[in-house]
Amino acid sequence: MPYREHSNLTTDEKLKRILRVTKQQKILLMQGKLKPDEEARLIEETMGQITKEFAGISFCTINPTNGNNGKNTESFTTKLKNNIYNMTLGKRDFLTIIGPATLVREIRKNPTKIDLLLHQQSKRKK
Amino acid sequence: MIKKLKSFLNRFVNKLFRKKKTIKLGFYGPPNAGKTTLANRICLDWLGEEMGSVSKVPHETREISVKEKVIIKSGDKELDFNLIDTPGIATKIDYEDFLRHKMSKTQARKRAKEATKGVIESIRWLDNVDVVIVVLDATENPYSQVNITIIGNLAARDIPVMIVANKIDLKRANIKKIEAAFPQYPVIGVSAQKGKNIENFYKEVFRLVN
Repeated sequence: MPYREHSNLTTDEKLKRILRVTKQQKILLMQGKLKPDEEARLIEETMGQITKEFAGISFCTINPTNGNNGKNTESFTTKLKNNIYNMTLGKRDFLTIIGPATLVREIRKNPTKIDLLLHQQSKRKK
Repeated sequence: MIKKLKSFLNRFVNKLFRKKKTIKLGFYGPPNAGKTTLANRICLDWLGEEMGSVSKVPHETREISVKEKVIIKSGDKELDFNLIDTPGIATKIDYEDFLRHKMSKTQARKRAKEATKGVIESIRWLDNVDVVIVVLDATENPYSQVNITIIGNLAARDIPVMIVANKIDLKRANIKKIEAAFPQYPVIGVSAQKGKNIENFYKEVFRLVN
């Protein structure tokens, strides 16, 4: 989902869309990131929708331009440039991966890489 | 003039906090990190009784539990806390996971349903705490989205946070990894079960509150 597709959506609309896609057993790659309160709301909404078939989600946000996960190794000018870029155009640098728990076993985030571990076959049989 | 105003504001803020008699101390974290074990340790140390039951099965705590009037002393200081133990926050709850812990299907489904409500309750209680101890299992990878979401939400609410790296008595424990994941927060390693480094934990709590 490109940034422009969700940047103008309200939190409710965004979460509705995320959950609709993940409940269809699809992995969503979203350009940008959710705000902390949106992440918490996403967890709340997910918990409210858990059933025998839908066990929840796995999600993870990464910033490909900052491989060190928080440890800032960027120069001052790069940092300033990125901050201005983020402020004016939104946090487009980030990538959010959201998948259904029945498909995505685990998203393992390490400082330098992400491992997306999937279940070998769909756990649930309807 | 500006100096005077600054000093007045400082005094006002100090008074405001001194007047606050009871500090609501929340225990947050993913399931099975040891939140209730740590809350129990504190209650045993200062009240002589435990707060809640603990288990190896995830989501043992499925409701918010509050212990009022826990007076903790460190050196010559003493503070009054309300301890708020919260259910572990997770993004997925699969009843089939509970079946592996020798539960019947009915029990597993019931536990899963209660656990989902517990997670929602935990998130809603974020607005009712003054200070938070984020309890993480030091043997697990700290770079999980749940940890990041919890800490991000606390930061957004300006709630003072301290991270406890629990289970340091275990061989696989790695405090440095937690420190590297959250460099902007104080991290203290403890074993809530064995009582290891608890004295330093209390000192850190006082430092965080004052």
